[in-house]
Amino acid sequence: MENTIAAISTPNGIGGMGVIRISGEGALKTAENIFVSVSGKKITEMKGYTASFGKIIDNGEIIDEAVALVFRAPHSYTGEDVVELSCHGGMYVTRRVLRAVLSHGAKPAQGGEFTKRAFLNGKMGLTEAESVMDIISASGSQSARAAMYTMEGSLRKRIDTVRSDLLELAAHLAAWADYPEEEIPEIDEDQLRNGLEKCRKELTKLLSTYDAGKVMREGVDTVIAGRPNVGKSTLMNLLAGCERSIVTDIPGTTRDIIEETVMLGNVPLRLSDTAGLRNTDDIVESIGVQKAKERLLSAGLIFAVFDSSSDLTGEDRELIDLLEDAPAIAIINKTDLDAKIDSEYIKAKVKHVIFISAKNDKDTSELEKAVEEIAGTSQLDPAQGILANERQYNDAQSALESIQEALSALDIGMTFDAVTIVIEDAVNSLLELTGERVTDAVVDQVFSHFCVGK
Amino acid sequence: MKFLAGEFDVAVIGAGHAGIEAGLAAARLGCKTGVFTINMDAVGNCPCNPSIGGTAKGHLVREIDALGGEMGKAADECFLQSRMLNKGKGPAVHSLRAQIDRRAYSTRMKHTLELQDKLELRQAEIISLEKDEDGIWLLTTRLEAIYKAKAVILATGTYLGGKIYVGDVSYESGPDGMFPAKYLPESLEKMGMSIRRFKTGTPARVLRSSIDFTDLEEQSGDEPIVPFSYDTDDPGENKVKCYVSWTNENTKKVILDNIDRSPMYSGKIEGIGPRYCPSIEDKIVRFSDKPRHQLFIEPCGLDTEEMYIQGMSSSLPEDVQLAFYHTIKGLEHCTVMRPAYAIEYFCADPIQMNSTLEFREFPGLYGAGQFNGSSGYEEAAAQGLVAGINAALKIQGREPFILDRASSYIGTLIDDLVTKGCNDPYRMMTSRSEYRLILRQDNADVRLTPLGRKIGLIKDERWEKFNNKLAKINAELERVRKTVLSPTDELNAILRDNNTSEVATGIRLCDLIKRPQLSYDILTPVDRTRTETDRTVLEQVEIEIKYEGYIKRQLIIIDQVRRLESKLLPVDIDYSKIEGLRLEAREKLNKVRPENIGQAGRISGVSPADISVLIIYLSTLPKNGREKNNDN
Repeated sequence: MENTIAAISTPNGIGGMGVIRISGEGALKTAENIFVSVSGKKITEMKGYTASFGKIIDNGEIIDEAVALVFRAPHSYTGEDVVELSCHGGMYVTRRVLRAVLSHGAKPAQGGEFTKRAFLNGKMGLTEAESVMDIISASGSQSARAAMYTMEGSLRKRIDTVRSDLLELAAHLAAWADYPEEEIPEIDEDQLRNGLEKCRKELTKLLSTYDAGKVMREGVDTVIAGRPNVGKSTLMNLLAGCERSIVTDIPGTTRDIIEETVMLGNVPLRLSDTAGLRNTDDIVESIGVQKAKERLLSAGLIFAVFDSSSDLTGEDRELIDLLEDAPAIAIINKTDLDAKIDSEYIKAKVKHVIFISAKNDKDTSELEKAVEEIAGTSQLDPAQGILANERQYNDAQSALESIQEALSALDIGMTFDAVTIVIEDAVNSLLELTGERVTDAVVDQVFSHFCVGK
Repeated sequence: MKFLAGEFDVAVIGAGHAGIEAGLAAARLGCKTGVFTINMDAVGNCPCNPSIGGTAKGHLVREIDALGGEMGKAADECFLQSRMLNKGKGPAVHSLRAQIDRRAYSTRMKHTLELQDKLELRQAEIISLEKDEDGIWLLTTRLEAIYKAKAVILATGTYLGGKIYVGDVSYESGPDGMFPAKYLPESLEKMGMSIRRFKTGTPARVLRSSIDFTDLEEQSGDEPIVPFSYDTDDPGENKVKCYVSWTNENTKKVILDNIDRSPMYSGKIEGIGPRYCPSIEDKIVRFSDKPRHQLFIEPCGLDTEEMYIQGMSSSLPEDVQLAFYHTIKGLEHCTVMRPAYAIEYFCADPIQMNSTLEFREFPGLYGAGQFNGSSGYEEAAAQGLVAGINAALKIQGREPFILDRASSYIGTLIDDLVTKGCNDPYRMMTSRSEYRLILRQDNADVRLTPLGRKIGLIKDERWEKFNNKLAKINAELERVRKTVLSPTDELNAILRDNNTSEVATGIRLCDLIKRPQLSYDILTPVDRTRTETDRTVLEQVEIEIKYEGYIKRQLIIIDQVRRLESKLLPVDIDYSKIEGLRLEAREKLNKVRPENIGQAGRISGVSPADISVLIIYLSTLPKNGREKNNDN
């Protein structure tokens, strides 16, 4: 059982159907513990490549209806016994199903673990595995993905510059130590310090763009909020129309909830809202202020929509109160009609306020600007090279720490041999970043790139 | 007529610095050992320069000593002047170097071999090497004597196919006018071994009385002297001075005017020379913008007037040599007793060997020293020791002795040689070790003496002495960590005087020692509970405390690397059949045949992606014996 792993294998927050994949020796048994089929057939008795419809039951409670798909080793994605439970629910229900699976003996799959197993079981070559990673890691549009490749090249250049600066310092220090009787110029401490300082600044700058870069890559969980009839749907359509290549448009999936990933400026937004759009009109009323508040607070970005042609209502004001200090943009819609709204009241509380006529406008540039500003991507030029993932971020961070350590070693008057080894540590971290140095972590790092599931 | 002249467990071909350590180690481990030298008067000869040690080389000598080798002791007994290089640059790069009495050193080493139990020293040129049907090596001498041996160590130095070049003149010769080993190369090639030509060189020796020392800068040795050997209690005193001079524009002109007469530049020498120890003509051509080059004038011994001109090796014709030596201040009227020469010789590509220095293709055959592509007495001795130990261990059916990079400079040297190979004579440098803050010359005993003891090269007395020192270090470390000094006026005055911040509360002694501005000596007046007086103990404690943070960093890296190195690669892997490896990686891996993943990762042309493929390939193999027992 300990080799059995499970995870939600559909992208987080995207798509209307949730799939829980269970893989390993105990996969069938684990699934059987929580799945009761309508036909009465047990999962452990099912053949490979067969499906069964039934209910997910945990502690006597029916969580959802689901289809169980059975794959038997070695004819599965991972090469092991696999059960995939496809349920209707959104993220909440899907997570509950996963919890049930985990409570019956499976372990949560680590990032990329399914693909790693597929790889280890000879189901997939390394390059294939890497291309899986590429596909699932690009959450933005095609254009965003293309930009990523350019970014990698420019990142490499940027790192190489820092590295060669550091190497030059290290080489001088090495020559100075190894050839005491040759006329190697003495190490000028100021020059050494300046060189390190330059590298420190460059890496600090690079690291500071990471969060923004991450936003560009992974997108922002965005909620459209507002009372009924302020024009949320129209806004949604306007935004969706801006981006033709909608990545979530998976054929065959039931779209219970309307969720779209759209590009706005250089930021992919995962516009998702269960309450607001499906039941159209009544966020505040139906879920209650508390629930709405939770939903809003968990969002990465809030589009709060107001009707310019009417006075602020109590609901509007409650919403505005929630927006204070939140990453929010107040969108005052219907500017084609006569303005009645007290926009100064909103401006006093919300930093980003834009005016739009979702019905007539085709130009979303003002909104784009506001989004980029909040996401911190406005000043970010991917062509300059940005850190693409957590691994690269950590390597750059440890290089920076080593440089700082070298500087403080200089400050306290440590001998240069100590300074040199710390500089070399920094060089090694950068070599790891660009994938030119072998470390124990290589494989784990490669695989932790993979999203869980695929 | 051929006759069977003797049988050995281990036969060592060559009695230079590699051969000596190899022979002594094998004999001391109980193997019946034969050491062959072309000339009995050339045992432990120093034909290149009259000094032992130097940057990183000093580390090697101390490591050899810590493992129970001979070089350090002999150097201590025969030194003329001793200096610790790089003082003030930090303990990692402190390196001991001694001028030695060249003749005394050679005599001392020869006598040691003669006295060594189980070792027979023979003057003979080995002309062929082959294996009989029982897997026993047969060595045939020029005089048709045949010796049998279970293991053979090739330590042939510059004798193997040696050829001397001085300008247009060249002739077959070993170093210092010895006979070369003329026939052995053919025998090795016949066996299927791949060998190639390297070259090295030496400067002139000039008559002391012909040098004008008046305006030359003197260079004296250290007082007090730090010995190489952990066995040497009283290192004695410096006996000689060295001198510094410089080349000038005239030197440059003479050399450049005659550069076409250099066999290096006319293409007569095909051997590849040492990048890190270039001839003067190389230096002048390669660094043409440099107005002058430094040179050192060093005595060759106490009972000789020969002086060695360090930094001025050359293969230019004798008349040109005379002309350029005469351009140098102090040497204007010097008499050259032995001209400079270049020597070309055969050596093997060390990637044919594994970390025990045994040839993969020829079990029981080992290589050491210049034969393996290295340069330097110390590099040679280090390899000789490792080859000798391993030959003995193998014969005795014991576990091989492998030093990893994190353990020592010796391990680093051998790992570099057998995984990266070398394209020019390999010289050790401190920058070659990534762990140099741990692999210091001062703690070689702490790092290696327990290993030497385990092998059987450390005698009881030495072992006891070592353990005493270790106990003292630990006791003193504990004391400085526990001792708290009060913020007295006396203490603060000391702190103030040494430009470091004063204290308002009690402070641990170790926290004071940690400050770069302070030292044991400075703190003596306020450190009233100190009883330890052994300098070597205090030195260890001081360095351990001062560099604690940096040492910890290195230990973390060592731990990571050792985990990679515990992933062993089976010897019979056919890399060309592993899916996913790039073509270049397949070729390189098949050629080098690394012993573990860590080593594989250091091969140029093998990328981290290839390593992931290898790790994954390993994980598909059955578990048994794939990883070392002590690791997981």
